[in-house]
Amino acid sequence: MSDAALPAAGARPRGLAWLAAAALFALFLAWGQDLAPWAFALPRGWQVPFADWIGGFVRWLLDDASLGLFTFAEFTRFLSALLGAPYALVRAVLVEGWPAAGIPPLPWTAVVALAGLLGHRAGGWPLALLAAASFLFIALFGRWESAMLTLASIVIAVPLGIAGGLGLGILAHRRPWLARALTPVLDLMQTIPVFAYLVPVLILFGFGPVSAIVATLIYAMPPMIRITLLALARVPGEIVDLGRMVGCTRAQMTWRVMVPAAKDALMLGANQVIMLSLNMVIIASMIGAGGLGFDVLQALRRLDFGAGLEAGLAIVALAVAMDRVSQAWAGLRPEAPRAAPWPARHPYLVAALAILAAAVVAAQLWPWAQSYPQAWRLSTGDFWSRVMREINVTYFDRLEAIKTTLLVNVMLPVKRLLLGLPWAGVAALLAFAGWRLGGWRLAALAGALTVLIALTGLWEQAMTTVYLCGVSVAFAMLIGVPVGILAAGRDWLWPPVRAVIDTLQTLPSFVYLMPAVMLFRVGDFTAMLAVVAYAVVPAIRYTVLGLRGVDPRLIEAGRAMGCTRGQILRRIRLRLALPEILLGLNQTIMFALSMLVITALVGTRDLGQEVYIALTKANAGAGLVAGLCVAFIAIIADRLIQAAAARARARLGLAEEGAHGA
Amino acid sequence: MEGATGGPARLVCRNVWKLFGPRAGAWLAANGPAPAPEAIAAAGLVAAVRGVNLEVRAGEIFVIMGLSGSGKSTLVRCLARLIEPTAGEILFEGRDLLSASEAEMTRIRRHKMGMVFQHFALLPHLSVLENVAFPLEIQGMGRAEREERARRMIALVGLAGREGAFPRQLSGGQQQRVGIARSLAAEPELWFLDEPFSALDPLIRREMQDEFLRLQRMLHKTIVFITHDFDEAIRLADRIAIMKDGAVEQSGTPEQIVLLPATPYVAEFTRAVPRAKVVRLGSVMRPPEGPAPARSLPATATVAEAAPAFLEGAEVVGVTDAAGRLVGHLDRRAVVDLMLGG
Ligand SMILES: Nc1ncnc2c1ncn2[C@@H]1O[C@H](COP(=O)(O)OP(=O)(O)OP(=O)(O)O)[C@@H](O)[C@H]1O
Ligand SMILES: [Mg+2]
Repeated sequence: MSDAALPAAGARPRGLAWLAAAALFALFLAWGQDLAPWAFALPRGWQVPFADWIGGFVRWLLDDASLGLFTFAEFTRFLSALLGAPYALVRAVLVEGWPAAGIPPLPWTAVVALAGLLGHRAGGWPLALLAAASFLFIALFGRWESAMLTLASIVIAVPLGIAGGLGLGILAHRRPWLARALTPVLDLMQTIPVFAYLVPVLILFGFGPVSAIVATLIYAMPPMIRITLLALARVPGEIVDLGRMVGCTRAQMTWRVMVPAAKDALMLGANQVIMLSLNMVIIASMIGAGGLGFDVLQALRRLDFGAGLEAGLAIVALAVAMDRVSQAWAGLRPEAPRAAPWPARHPYLVAALAILAAAVVAAQLWPWAQSYPQAWRLSTGDFWSRVMREINVTYFDRLEAIKTTLLVNVMLPVKRLLLGLPWAGVAALLAFAGWRLGGWRLAALAGALTVLIALTGLWEQAMTTVYLCGVSVAFAMLIGVPVGILAAGRDWLWPPVRAVIDTLQTLPSFVYLMPAVMLFRVGDFTAMLAVVAYAVVPAIRYTVLGLRGVDPRLIEAGRAMGCTRGQILRRIRLRLALPEILLGLNQTIMFALSMLVITALVGTRDLGQEVYIALTKANAGAGLVAGLCVAFIAIIADRLIQAAAARARARLGLAEEGAHGA
Repeated sequence: MEGATGGPARLVCRNVWKLFGPRAGAWLAANGPAPAPEAIAAAGLVAAVRGVNLEVRAGEIFVIMGLSGSGKSTLVRCLARLIEPTAGEILFEGRDLLSASEAEMTRIRRHKMGMVFQHFALLPHLSVLENVAFPLEIQGMGRAEREERARRMIALVGLAGREGAFPRQLSGGQQQRVGIARSLAAEPELWFLDEPFSALDPLIRREMQDEFLRLQRMLHKTIVFITHDFDEAIRLADRIAIMKDGAVEQSGTPEQIVLLPATPYVAEFTRAVPRAKVVRLGSVMRPPEGPAPARSLPATATVAEAAPAFLEGAEVVGVTDAAGRLVGHLDRRAVVDLMLGG
């Protein structure tokens, strides 16, 4: 690996080169305005109308494109019908029933009890209680119909997402060329902000729950594909050999050997699909999914904090229940089959049928057992609104002072600085960084993507995104790294911290907006708070992982040499954990970018806002272009930091991965 | 030894090469037939198996012994054609495996080959019974028949009563018993064991070796047994091939290898081996002269096994062949010489 040899040989000249590049950039910033005005503001004629091209392409797809036997529009209509029919069925079961036939939906008692039963199957009484309580909580706060609508979308999207991801993953495992072709697509999908594909989906499938399901599938499937590929590749070679030695056909090999042997990892993939689906179904309320997400959205628009908070808490309850149950399910071990009559061998099936029968009968006898009675509802909406008013009256000055101080002293100067940078200079600087960190390929990538962003004419919005993201990430790291350091050094502290950040991570991103808006109303500061809250999780997690991964012998050696605690932390532990912390920074940036787009709802002026506007206008071209710009920013950051981390690892002699990667 | 190893050759491997690396086949064809190790390394290839010739006879235990990385697993995987050899010929019952179609290979593996793996390779989601029945299920055998046969195999390896357990609930030795039962379920003729006992504790290993010998006395399979443990090889083998850096250094009976090591490398292994445990009576007896001794032992017994007879006071012991005919005499002096010399 030629790069690995570089740092040792050229440590000093490298520092000089960075200095020279920075000086050159500063000079250009000071005097370039007159020399090359085009480098600062892109001349109108240079702008490339990507958005119009994409818009034209989508129009062509919808109006003229033909796939041989049928047109593209017919194809999407067919897909809609295909997804729409089962969705309508599930929705009728959970929400509406069949009023024409006089059949009511599933009674709430049945759903609560079935959730409890599922919990019991996965993890015994504690999980049974948790699952049942979560649904009861939702009913208690009067969010039942919305929650069931959300659940209906998930019930359709999750099996499709798992099956699709598994199928594609298996195909790609069998055919290496497919895996090679899929990898960059998956990379891109993971960095394109969710709003961006809402737009084309909306245009292709129309406003409604089917669109939401399609968007959810597109969002939740890539991780499943990736996990499937990884899980199959990790099946021990001996197991593969065994399959071949007993003479498995290809199908037997896949379904009897590989998939069962990879089950544990695949189940974690399924858990991912469930959680991502929930996140996306909430967001997709913007294109007609309805449900809890729509409640939050409406509350945001009306600034009705009480209702928004309640809907948010209902989402949290749903998320926690689904996450814990599906994780416990992943950990289930097969049981010895018992020789017993049918009902004794399938106790859960029997219990489920009994619950259903009992609930339906009860619903016939007593109306309260059919739908949760209004009178039993607990509305805390007013209470929360009052609390908020109280807080805002009492602490208004203090909150306002915090907000203003940070805005004026930190955020605005950064914003001004970034917006004043010449696009050509930034492209050159990023290309230089790419070259120093990873060679000319990375340089070309970073430079080209930056120039592309400029050519779309969205430079200002992109820089606003960078500014908001940068400030948020800085704060997230400033909070996350110290918390991580504290937690890593104390064995009693890490488990509770981990429980908290695990839970935070399962919450759909929408949920984070509500408290921030309640305290600080709309604007950049609010957006930043929501982003920091969302993005602090990886900062903590990777810091802890890095610090705990440091070889204890090195720490002992440090102690033997008479280092103080502070010296051990700075000189040994943090330095060795640097690669991990860099990866944490990388993840924090990715989290921040994905959240940032959603904060368009609270009035930012960045690329996310462009996407959001495109969404409301159903402008596919503009939406995709702005979305791709966000993806480009993410990719540039990701590749540069990965290269830096690889370099740090090589310098620290932890270079196993780096050495193989060459 | 004649009795055990005199069968016809079942599995023959002629000049088999396996080089790992890009375009290894073309390179070997261009630089063949037997390039030097330095040339192979210089071409950026890894030589895992170099020009191996072997003959495994019906009903014998053929042990391939070599240190880690010497190419044993690669060789055995070539024999089962789990990987394609770069060059060479593999004949199973006279049929060239390398020209067999995929479907034909599947049939041969299903019905004629069984394999035991170092790390057991049990399927974690199946019970012991289902694991053992798995090869039969893959063949499409009905449930009742395959479970009946699996139960028999489980009893054979001494695990009766644990049919419902899952692999994670068993100890290493028990897991390998399941692996052995599974490899026998399809009643193969050719049985591959790739370091089956290496992952086990020494005590359990010994117990499993005895178990293995007991099974072989009942089943008379043709066996290719891989190990990196020379003592294990000596204990189990009818014949041994010693591998180093992908090539066979020497092959022969344990006795031949211990008494006449072909290279210093082989001699290094044999130094610590007590001769009496390897040398068989047939090699140290003299022609039968004088009065017929009171006791006699088979020619295939080791000298160590004959020692108790001399401890009980015998001066001369008779040596008989497989049919029980007297073929020679063994003197106390010859035994003492050998034991002291070894
Ligand atoms: N797929 C592969 N690609 C490249 N080299 C390989 C591959 N498989 C094996 N080798 C190399 O071939 C050589 C022989 O490996 P093999 O696994 O056959 O050794 P072994 O004798 O079974 O060792 P062990 O006792 O450790 O199992 C080793 O140098 C190994 O690194
Ligand atoms: Mg091996």
